[in-house]
Amino acid sequence: MSTPVLSVRDLVVEIPTRKGLLKPVDGVSFDIAAGEILGVVGESGAGKSMTGNAVIGLLDRPARIAAGEVRLLGDPIQNLKGEALRRQRGKRMGMIFQDPLTSLNPLLTVGEQLTETIREHLDVSKSEALNRAIAALEEVGIPAARQRIDSYPHEFSGGMRQRVVIALALCAEPELVIADEPTTALDVSVQAQIIALLKRLCRERGVAVMLVTHDMGVIAEAADRIAVMYAGRMAELGPVRDVITKPHHPYTAGLMASTPVASRGQKRLRQIPGAMPRLDALPDGCAFHPRCEKATDKCRAEPGPTLAADEGRAACWYPLTQTKEATA
Amino acid sequence: MLAYIIRRVAQSILVLLVTGFVAFSMFSFVGDPIDNMLGQERTVADIARLREQLGLDQPFFVQYWRFLEQAAQGNFGLSYRQGRPVSDILIERLPATLELAFVSGLLALCGGIGLGIFTAIRKRGVSANVIMTLSLVGVSLPTFLIGILLIYLFSVELGWLPSFGRGEVTRLGGWTTGFLTESGLKALILPAITLGLYQMTLIMRLVRTEMLEVLRMDYIRFARARGIRERAINFHHALKNTLVPVITITGLQLGSIIAFAIITETVFQWPGVGLLFINAVQFVDIPVMAAYLMMISVMFVGINLIVDLLYFAIDPRLRVDRSAAGGH
Repeated sequence: MSTPVLSVRDLVVEIPTRKGLLKPVDGVSFDIAAGEILGVVGESGAGKSMTGNAVIGLLDRPARIAAGEVRLLGDPIQNLKGEALRRQRGKRMGMIFQDPLTSLNPLLTVGEQLTETIREHLDVSKSEALNRAIAALEEVGIPAARQRIDSYPHEFSGGMRQRVVIALALCAEPELVIADEPTTALDVSVQAQIIALLKRLCRERGVAVMLVTHDMGVIAEAADRIAVMYAGRMAELGPVRDVITKPHHPYTAGLMASTPVASRGQKRLRQIPGAMPRLDALPDGCAFHPRCEKATDKCRAEPGPTLAADEGRAACWYPLTQTKEATA
Repeated sequence: MLAYIIRRVAQSILVLLVTGFVAFSMFSFVGDPIDNMLGQERTVADIARLREQLGLDQPFFVQYWRFLEQAAQGNFGLSYRQGRPVSDILIERLPATLELAFVSGLLALCGGIGLGIFTAIRKRGVSANVIMTLSLVGVSLPTFLIGILLIYLFSVELGWLPSFGRGEVTRLGGWTTGFLTESGLKALILPAITLGLYQMTLIMRLVRTEMLEVLRMDYIRFARARGIRERAINFHHALKNTLVPVITITGLQLGSIIAFAIITETVFQWPGVGLLFINAVQFVDIPVMAAYLMMISVMFVGINLIVDLLYFAIDPRLRVDRSAAGGH
């Protein structure tokens, strides 16, 4: 297998507080290959956005990367700062934010924001940058891009604005794109279009995409592989079909059972009892054990096994397949 | 947009009519000017003659209408004290005040915006915190005290700068300027600092607050994620958004620089309209007071109008035609 575009190993993000050290991301490892979409799911506070921000170096103080490694095509980038980090952003990795209404500068035209970004990273003339900006808008499906290049963000609809955001994130041709809840703020009909667009750009350009969302539907639609996060740790990692149809981690199983599926026709959705623990009140042992039906003394005493990027599926002492095989 | 301007101009005229009414009311309600103008040894015939000459025997509304009519043509009658047309006296004094206001306004704007940006960007830096602490002095010390302290330090102790007057002035047509002589420029320094310091600290604190607010916005994060240089983020992306609310306050502050130059002009015996006004109050020279009031209100209304129009220049969202708004 060739070098993955993004390779994260044992990433730990810490936030020092008066109550002590919080670890919103604790020992997370995963790879994303070129042209692959990795869907990262989890509840609010599971650490998925924090992981994305840590990769691109946008952690807000006092959060910081305390340990682990982030490699972009083999180059370690977790310690980059200032100018060196700025050169990587946009050029080698881009980010798409949740709310297209607030992620575009309202006082600058779409063309200004695009050409500024292009000229920041690529050595091209003003007119060449403008041509590329128009091409970038055309590529994300903005009709009459040449006429709309001088429009301001408020002159676009929500879905169109998210297309502009995608064009901005991709205009300097990065190898990695982190999409943090890119569809959450959009209408359902527009969501599907944006996901289709992301998929197409990913395939055509061979961009690695880290798609952070809490929407299982979006993941099922778009992702090649899926990473389930719980309380800052990776709970399960595997190909999307396998994880959805045969989850190994009890948390994933609970998540799937609580997701409505039209064809299943159940009357009532199952729900996982309890709520995800707060970061300052993590239980001993596996963080999921208070909500897990199958928890044993081992689960209460020892944290679940740490999931490596390339082996194993679930960070659980008693993965579901194993118990099923045992009972069979 | 044209309808908006017309509406704003109409509002401005209404405001001026009301101030005109107040200014005019002074004639009728602040004592009888005849008492002041004629000495102890006056005859009833003298009083009646002067009354008729000044039109004070007419009914109230006839006097008001005449006042408005005359004021619109820039004619505010004769100064009770100097016996010359008030407009002549004002025009003679105006350059001194306008030059002082211009220099201190420039100082307040440049200093305020510059320091505001600096303290916002380096919010944790030592120098930013020192500036913030010092700015409390500027906000809380009364203007006359700052003036007196400056005079004590630079005129009395160090002997570097003159403590009163305008220095040598040069005549350019009807305008007298202190900009062209060394003593004129030297004489400007202390009054300009005194007058501008409060406004500068106010603008600085406002810019800082707004800038910190803007720097937290999503579009700033997105700009960082695209690898835009910090310089461009601070001065292009953030500053433009900071300016919209800052302009409102700043516009009003610049108006009050002219209006409240009274105190500074008194402290430094600056031969401007403020000093003229104070002297007029002492002598109940009502035409001068009324004319000053009208002049200040015209300036305020004018500045407000300019501020409103500046919004259009800065914020494209306001430029949208009502009929076209809401579409794609």
